[in-house]
Amino acid sequence: MLENLCRKMFGRSLWVYHANSGGCNGCDIEVLNVLTPYYDVERFGIKLVGSPRHADVMLCQGPAMRSTARALRRAYEAMPAPKLVFAIGGCACGGGIWHDSYAVLGPVEKVVPVNFYIPGCPPRPEAIIYGVAVAVGLVNKKTAPVQFKQLELPIPCYHPADLRGQGEMVVYEKCEKPWE
Amino acid sequence: MSLLSKFKEAMIGLKAGRVTLPYPAQSRPVAPSFRGRPIFDANKCIGCAGCANNCPAREILVFDVCQEIRILKYLGRRCTYCGRCAEVCPEKAITMSREFETATDQISDLSQRLELFMSTCQRCGRCFKEPTPLEVLKLKGYRFDDLRHDRWVLRSRAYLESEPVVDDIKIELD
Repeated sequence: MLENLCRKMFGRSLWVYHANSGGCNGCDIEVLNVLTPYYDVERFGIKLVGSPRHADVMLCQGPAMRSTARALRRAYEAMPAPKLVFAIGGCACGGGIWHDSYAVLGPVEKVVPVNFYIPGCPPRPEAIIYGVAVAVGLVNKKTAPVQFKQLELPIPCYHPADLRGQGEMVVYEKCEKPWE
Repeated sequence: MSLLSKFKEAMIGLKAGRVTLPYPAQSRPVAPSFRGRPIFDANKCIGCAGCANNCPAREILVFDVCQEIRILKYLGRRCTYCGRCAEVCPEKAITMSREFETATDQISDLSQRLELFMSTCQRCGRCFKEPTPLEVLKLKGYRFDDLRHDRWVLRSRAYLESEPVVDDIKIELD
């Protein structure tokens, strides 16, 4: 019952903890931009706190680095139980431009489970607010995977089973034409 | 005295007015030169893989599942929206949209996957995308040699599984 109550009240006022695990500071500036009076996120009850023990949400910026992965994991484990992790920026979502460096482990989801992704390099302050609004449930997400498929092949198909040798040549017997 | 200073402060606060933007309720336009996420057009794409070669984040993958189908996959996780793919595209099949509201709870929502049909040149064996002047190469040549029975005649015996040509080459390693 207490857990249900916690979950119910969770979305009302998110206290965020801002964890940079090796980013370039671009996303940090955008997150601080979100807290300014222009994009005042305190109207959603979002407040920046200094310790992960006070926080409900961890905003991860930067990839999981070899040197900071353990500290990031400890910060995640220090947060009290209903907790969310936001990966902000291209580094936290996918490893960043230097994803193949020896010092970079990859996206932060290799170290901590990520709930929401906000891609961009850096994401606009509006994009971060949009991500928070998706998480709180104010708006619906706009993206969906796109796939283009070839429904039919415009050439005659052949199968290797229908080939046979004829003297010097190899003759293909059956011609499957899908458009007919 | 302190009351007067508080009053002055309140006046300054009132003068400034309200600056907070009503953002998620009201959409906010972006600058005309803003680059959002790239949108791929499968009809224009010729499958040259120039975007995949130029992507600094290596987020565009091109692979051939068979001779005729080439798959172009854009993952979009660490894309920095630099626009180099759109710049290098010869057919202008990639457009940088103004879309920035891409926050999602599934990282796979950002991916785009294009299945491209590539015709094979019957002379040189290379692939090319269909709507080009090269299209005639697909039909003339070795395939429709036997026009009366409408069957293909291939000159190489390498198509037979019983006689592979790959066995001729034997590489010995130390």
